[in-house]
Amino acid sequence: MIAQPIPPVVIPEVEARIEVDGSSRPVIVLYWGTSLIWLTIASIAGLISSIKLHSPEFLGGMEWLTFGRIRAVHWDTAIYGFGGLAASGTLLWLQARLCQVRLPYRNLLLVGGVVFNIGLVLGTAGVLMGQSTGVETLEFPLWAMPLLVVPYVFIVIANFTMYFKKVTKHTYVSQWYLMAVTVWFPILVLSAEACTNLGAVDGVAQAIANWWYGHNVVGLFATPTGIAAAYYLIPKVIGKPIHSYHLSLLGFWSNAIFYNWAGTHHLTGGPLPAWTITLGVVGSLMMFIPVITIGINHHMTMLGSFHLLKTSPTLRFAVMGSMIYTLSSFQGSLEALRSHQEVTHFTHYTIGHVHFGMYGFFAPLMFAMMYYGMPRLMDQEWSSARLIRIHFWCTVVGMLIYVTAMCYAGIRQGLMMNDPSIPFLNIVRFTIPYLALRTLGGLILLTGTIAFLINFVRIITPHKYTWKTPTMLDTERDWKKLVELEKQSENGGTK
Amino acid sequence: MSRTFILAFGIFLTIASSITGLVIIPNWQFQALKPVVKLDGTRYPEVYFGDQARGREIYIDQGCIYCHTQQVRMKGYGADIRRGWGTRRSVPRDYLMDRPHQLGTQRMGPDLASIGARQPSVDWHAIHLYNPQLTSPGSIMPRFEYFFREVRSGEAAPADAIKVPQQSNGVTHIVPTDRGRALIAYLKRLNQSFPLPEANQ
Ligand code: HEC
Ligand code: HEM
Repeated sequence: MIAQPIPPVVIPEVEARIEVDGSSRPVIVLYWGTSLIWLTIASIAGLISSIKLHSPEFLGGMEWLTFGRIRAVHWDTAIYGFGGLAASGTLLWLQARLCQVRLPYRNLLLVGGVVFNIGLVLGTAGVLMGQSTGVETLEFPLWAMPLLVVPYVFIVIANFTMYFKKVTKHTYVSQWYLMAVTVWFPILVLSAEACTNLGAVDGVAQAIANWWYGHNVVGLFATPTGIAAAYYLIPKVIGKPIHSYHLSLLGFWSNAIFYNWAGTHHLTGGPLPAWTITLGVVGSLMMFIPVITIGINHHMTMLGSFHLLKTSPTLRFAVMGSMIYTLSSFQGSLEALRSHQEVTHFTHYTIGHVHFGMYGFFAPLMFAMMYYGMPRLMDQEWSSARLIRIHFWCTVVGMLIYVTAMCYAGIRQGLMMNDPSIPFLNIVRFTIPYLALRTLGGLILLTGTIAFLINFVRIITPHKYTWKTPTMLDTERDWKKLVELEKQSENGGTK
Repeated sequence: MSRTFILAFGIFLTIASSITGLVIIPNWQFQALKPVVKLDGTRYPEVYFGDQARGREIYIDQGCIYCHTQQVRMKGYGADIRRGWGTRRSVPRDYLMDRPHQLGTQRMGPDLASIGARQPSVDWHAIHLYNPQLTSPGSIMPRFEYFFREVRSGEAAPADAIKVPQQSNGVTHIVPTDRGRALIAYLKRLNQSFPLPEANQ
């Protein structure tokens, strides 16, 4: 055998990583930081919507805060604000690290991040003022969309540039997913806008385009980014390679092929040709293949390393995310069955499922990325282990309360709706306690988010005292201790 | 390098095939659909004009879609027809004029595909929108009082004023504003009772 030519090693790996992180700091911190602000805004909008459903007089009388508007704002800020920015930051940073190149076009990406945020503010204001397009999931007025699309084009360009300049020879699984996101997302947004708001297709074909998009923005944007993060973080933190390369390959392509077709399950029973729905149901059921393969790959890698969950914040969120990826995907595939949809289609069950996926799988993986990435980007540790613990437990408990309440209420609501002898208002009254329980779940989730935000603000501001080792979950590090140590160092104590 | 192109191209193919299969082909299938001409010479479905068109925009900007669907499922699948939400299932032709569509996916409130047939009374709609508790105690539908001018006891009620069943804060009558009138005109127009032949297949 002839020896393979060794590629020129530009910089040794660790130094390269430091250089990569240094180059990407301002961009990633901007994307992640603003994503958390949008998460807070989205949670508040979600809470207002939630309260209005059990106490309709809450903040009543103000047209701009009517349920139909604040609820649209909730989705748009959660998906584009939190999801879009958190995922883009993750995408850029992971790609830079995996390619071992400096982040290119940093100024362009910074400007892009600012423009994207302006677009979100204007789009939100437009919806609150009654300029929603009326297409669920694409409510932002058309004039705000270029402000969201153009910055994304910068991200796509940066991503491809890094990929083609990459120093590493092989391509890691996460990179397939990141590559896929950058190809899919712009096509997705542009064709969906063309088909709905720009009127390229008519009547109910619009509805299909609408839900092809609505489903795919979760399946082809949030999900692949989440999976890429899990593929990166789990082996990294526990220091073991991923279980099986071949399974990764199967998981990736089956996911890419089947998820695309699943969207029409949102229209089951609707006025569409039966075959379009059938395709959606088949696509949804075939999703068992990628979900099981990806699941085996993540969980088998974890096998034997569960004790690390006690200490590592990153791993805890990442494993929570990857486990709920498996569970919520099983739930979703079963939910797509026609007999299931007959009961749950128009009910709160769907909302329960959405938040199981978004707050149980996607959000925790984005949090895990930030817990892992921020100390490396800022060269500073997380201030308080207690705040991380609060964040974690609030996320778990709040999410479980929310999801259980909505799924249970949804099934009962659906069964009652299918029994015409039960008056509609009785069903409405039945759901109210569960809607109130959701508000409780939402408050707990918001508490967790605020805990995270405090830690985040602290890590991006320079301060006098910083921990010298990574902050682990089982340490006693909290705010009081930090202030004490800070005072000591001010009085000329240890630094 | 060539592997990268295979990857990117494969990724592109997955999405291109799904939009072709799910959106472009059905849309092409729907191109053949035309409104039917009824015996009296009018068409079904008719375009939205005047108040109906404005009312539709208000329905959209208030986000009624997040609580109401406009689609009746077929007999034997759910209880839509038995609940009286329609006389037949909805079909693609019912939506020829709908842009953007307002099918909806959530039924916190009843389906509205045929609300115009089920509830033709302007007064009922006005009072319900003004304060849902007056017609439907325990409802969680928001109040849309900003579509109405309130007339208090002691003030002279104009001819088109609608009497409120229970007085509160001294309000005896309400008068729909232009927007209120438009929204009600739109609700009254929502009616899928015309028996399209394909709905029976
Ligand atoms: C928070 C959810 C919610 C929103 C938003 C909402 N509704 Fe409702 N709607 C309900 C509920 C619940 C009912 C059933 C109880 C009742 O009659 O009030 C209902 C009932 C109705 C009815 C009577 C249906 C029947 O069969 O008697 C009409 C008409 C109606 N809504 C129209 C609207 C319009 C128009 C809008 C937007 C301007 C709207 N709704 C917004 C929840 C909502
Ligand atoms: C405090 C936390 C949250 C609360 C209280 C909350 C509450 C709500 C409420 C009340 C709705 C409307 C339900 C309905 O119309 O029946 C909703 C919808 C939705 N939420 Fe949240 N939410 C929260 C967090 C999130 C997050 C973090 C995400 C995403 C990352 C998210 C994604 C969504 C989506 C996608 C929908 C629309 C579902 C659909 O139309 O099928 N939510 N949420």
